[in-house]
Formats: sequence, C-alpha cells, structure tokens
Amino acid sequence: MSEQEPVEGTAPRGPLRVFLVDDHAMFRAGVRAELGARVEVVGEASSVAEAVTRIAATQPDVVLLDVHMPDGGGRAVLEAMRRTHPQVRFLALSVSDAAEDVIGLIRAGARGYVTKTISPEELTDAIRRVAEGDAVFSPRLAGFVLDAFASRPDAPVADPELDQLTNREREVLRLLARGYAYKEIAKELYISIKTVETHVSNVLRKLQMSNRYELSRWAADRRLV
Amino acid sequence: MSSTPAPHVPRLYRATEHRLAAGVAAGIAEHLGIPVLRVRMAFMVLLGLSGLGLLLYAAFWAVVPPRPGDTAVPPRRDLAQLLPFVAIGLGVLLLQVFAFNSVGAAGTAGWLVAIIAVGAGVIWHQSGPERRRQWGDAAVPWLGAVVEETDRRAFVLRFIGGGVLVAVGIIGVAAVYSPAQNFDAVLNGVIFALVGLAGVGVVTGPVLWRTWNQLRSEREGRIREQERAELAAMVHDQVLHTLALIQRNASDVKTVQRLARGQERSLRNWLYKPTASPTERFAAALEQAAAEVEDTFAITVEAVVVGDRETDERVGALVAAAREALVNAARHAGVQTVSLFAEVEPEQVSVFVRDRGKGFDPDTVENHRHGVRGSIIGRMKRHGGRAEIRSEPGEGTEVRLILPISGSGSTAERDR
Repeated sequence: MSEQEPVEGTAPRGPLRVFLVDDHAMFRAGVRAELGARVEVVGEASSVAEAVTRIAATQPDVVLLDVHMPDGGGRAVLEAMRRTHPQVRFLALSVSDAAEDVIGLIRAGARGYVTKTISPEELTDAIRRVAEGDAVFSPRLAGFVLDAFASRPDAPVADPELDQLTNREREVLRLLARGYAYKEIAKELYISIKTVETHVSNVLRKLQMSNRYELSRWAADRRLV
Repeated sequence: MSSTPAPHVPRLYRATEHRLAAGVAAGIAEHLGIPVLRVRMAFMVLLGLSGLGLLLYAAFWAVVPPRPGDTAVPPRRDLAQLLPFVAIGLGVLLLQVFAFNSVGAAGTAGWLVAIIAVGAGVIWHQSGPERRRQWGDAAVPWLGAVVEETDRRAFVLRFIGGGVLVAVGIIGVAAVYSPAQNFDAVLNGVIFALVGLAGVGVVTGPVLWRTWNQLRSEREGRIREQERAELAAMVHDQVLHTLALIQRNASDVKTVQRLARGQERSLRNWLYKPTASPTERFAAALEQAAAEVEDTFAITVEAVVVGDRETDERVGALVAAAREALVNAARHAGVQTVSLFAEVEPEQVSVFVRDRGKGFDPDTVENHRHGVRGSIIGRMKRHGGRAEIRSEPGEGTEVRLILPISGSGSTAERDR
C-alpha cells in the first residue's frame, strides 16, 4: 500500500496532465475550456474502449471519469486500467450522486468523486489533491461511507480490522459530512492536517478493500440490486 | 492503490478432462490427491448399497461447479458422453435384479435412480455447449436448466424432463402405498400416461412456445412504449416549462439559478432516487425541508442524511428546527451554499446546519429576536432535545441539534 501514502516530493511539478472521459462532447469542451489555464488537458475519450487505449498512450496524472456511458461506464474503464496503470489516478466526475454510483466507483478504485455542479476552482483543487495521492471526499460521499459502514453495528464482519472504521475515522467522516474543511477538522480534533489526510486515505482504502460479499449485501439492503 | 488478491482457497471442482461422465470422480481425486481409480472404485462399492453411490455422484454433480477456465472454450457437444448415463442406468438395474435379486421397494428405488440418471443425462447433453456453460456458471448448476427460457429446445426438453419427474414421483408414491399386488398395473398405466404426455408435449410444445414468445415481445413493447410516454410527459411538464421560464427571465440571474436548481433536483430525484413519503420518514422530511429552502431563497443546500427512521411528533419538531436553521443561514449568512448533515443513530438523532457566511456573536442576539431562541432552542428543549449554536463573526455558523430517542422506531439502515 505504499503508493497510498502521499509521499513527499512525488507531487508532479508543472501543470498537471489531465485526461477527460465523457460521452458528451459538449461537456468535454466545457471542462476543457474551464480547466484550460489551470491544468494541461492531454486527451479526451468518449467511450470505454477509446479511453482504455488513449489513457495508456498518454499516461496522464489524473483521469476525469464519467460514471454513466453507453458501453459500460467509468467502472469498466477503471477495471481495465487499474492493474496495468496503477500510477494513473482517477477522479469520478458525474451528474449522478446516487449512492450506488458513488460507492461503486470508489470501490473500483477511483480516488475521489465530485458532481458536475462543482465550480472550476473546486474541481482544480480536487484534481490537485487526487494527483498528490490524497482522497477527495465530498460531504455526500462521507455520508454514504458512514451509511455503508455504520448501519450494521452488530453484523458479523469477516475481518473487523479491515472492514470497520475506527472511532477516529468515523469522527473525521462526520465532520467532513458536516461541511468542515481538512484544516477545520484538524483544529476541531486537535490533530494535524497530515493526520486528517491519513485517516481519510485509510477510510478510502477500507472502502476499496472490503470484500465483495459485504458490497453485495450492502446493495441488497438498499434494494439496489 | 492496491487491493489484496483473494486468498487462494483450494476448491473442489469437477474435472473437464480425463472424465468418464461428469468429472466428479476425477475432480475429487485431484482435490484429495489420490488415484482416480480408487475414487471410482469407492463409488462403485457404494453403488451396491441401494444405489447410494449413484445418488452421491448425482449430488456432487449438481453442487460442484466445473473448473472455471476449463469451460472458457466449451467442449463440443458429444453424444458419446450419453453412453455412461445409459450404462449407469442399466448397471443399476442389473445390479438390483441379479446381484441382490430384490423386488418391491428396493427394486423401485433402483428404477427411480436409473430413470433420473438417464433423464438428467439426456437433458444435460442435448443442450448446446454454451448454454451448458451458462448453467455451470450459475450458483446451482442445474437451476439454469429449470428456469432458463431461451429457445424452443430447452422448452421441450423441460417439458419432457418434467413429465419424467412427475411419472417418477407417481411411481414412487404407488410403490410406497400399494406395494407388490397392483404394482404392475399402476406401472403400466403410468408408463402409458408418460408416453402420451411426451407425445402431446412434442406436438404442442413448439406451437405453445411460439405463441408465448409473441405475447412476451408484445408485452415488452407495450412496457417500453409506456415508459417512453411517461418520460416524454415529464420532460414536457417540467423541463420544457423551466427552459421557457429561463428564457423569459434570462436577465435575472437569481431567478435563472433558482429555476435551474429546482429543475436539476427534480430530475435528479426522478432519475436516481426511490421516493419516500415525507410524512413518514425522517430523511424524506428533512430533504423536503431543504428543497423548500433552496427554492425559496435560491441557495444550495448540500443535504447528507445517514440512516433513517419513522417520524413522530418529536422528530417532526427536529425537522422544523432544522428548517428554521436553514432559513436563518439562507437569510443572514449571505452565502450560496449551506451544509446539512443528519445522522440517525440508535440512541439519538442529530442534525448539523453549517454555513461559511458572516457569522455573529450569539451573546449579542437581542431579546426580541425569536427565530433562534423560540424556533430552534426552545423547540428542541420542549421536545427533550438540545440545540447549540456556534458562531463567530467571519467564521460562519453551525447549528447543532441533538434529539435523544429510545431505540424503537429507528431503522439504522436506509430502509425505503
């Protein structure tokens, strides 16, 4: 898990290289126009197959990934790329903030999830944080995670170390969901910002590693399947 | 990012090569690391005990999946593989009749087993290779053969298979309830009935199948048409009207924002969210309150609700207090976005309303201002909860509403 931790000095210098995957040309054009000055957009793709080949060719720092596409969606791209290109980070950018989309993409390996109503400044910030190895948790995402982990306090868990959140992580998530920024959480809990980031990264790791059984049961509980 | 590889658990699979019938014996031999001949011998010995070996074999066959990967390229359909089934069936019969010389109940059991074995073999081997693989992929391999409804042959096969099973069942009942005397007559009657049933099935099966297929595709078409009409109506009623209003108010940024936001939320709910009645569920009530505030004040409320429960008078008061806090934030904070976080826990419900606006000094709020004191703090106190307001000028405001509850009525899961 060493690539999980934000390592000093690995933050890319110069403009970040960003790749757009979305099946709507208009939306890609809009994002490109908004981000143009802040990051370097190195490529675009409108389908899963195109995305897989072009991401492999361009090797971007961050991929902005749409969730819903006709031929399989962001999840298919993630599953195709994760093994072969672990250094490429994925940030989901979707119009949907439905729980199954958010949790599904994060479990598949996305480093963050933002909705398309996000402002360009916030999006740039999110891209930068993802590129530096951090996780981007919107309040809504934090809420879903709390929901996914906390709703069955007495359920038997295969590996409690792995699947349960610590009290501290839960506390951090609650504050995130309440709209606190990282530095405000650090102040509130009397810990350093670095520690907050570590907690958040751990939550993301647990979310990705909790097993399929857990996920399917979670989905079944919510009648998503 | 790493995900740990699934720990390798040795699993029992049916072998697909070096097999005589279904690969059970070869699979078990490989799993246990003993010669396959011994496993086969064991099955043969058990076979003598009223066909126990065959039953075991069938059970293994039904439960143990074929080795994944081996089935990636499904083997050609191979009629020669039918032979073992016939051989097994005949073998059981011969064994029953000659070796044990048994008649009556034991003999009938042998018959039953033989018929089931041969019938199962026929159904399995008459099916196409890729369908066979699908069945193998299912949780219970044989389930697919029963529920699948893709083509005519499967249908007919099921028809005949079902007939065989029914006949076998009747034979079994007859054997148990009237042993020995009338057995031959019963058996003959059942066999004739079976032949007749099979004949009817063969003749009418394709026709029935075609008719049913037509009906189904018609029904699917109707459903699709209905969904389209509903979508068109929704787009017409909401989206087009909103767009028209936006065109008319193009110069008024606030109005355009409000309209667009309302429309976005309504579409989002329509597309992604199951609905719940706001008079019954806490989360729905809170989200409705947030939506009203959004529409009235043209701000965004980022609502996050964890867990849910039924509403009662006290929970209703909590929602009202939260609404008041949202209204205050929308009115006085001077911001575009307000965070609303609510969490339902077994022993308490908490709501947090936070803005990053102007903020104020709570001590300086004048006595005649009733919004905070009456609608939020007072209301929470009356219903056994508490409210805290944290605010500093320039730092924004957070209103914390805590309502202790007894465990009943709370559903920690989002049950809707």
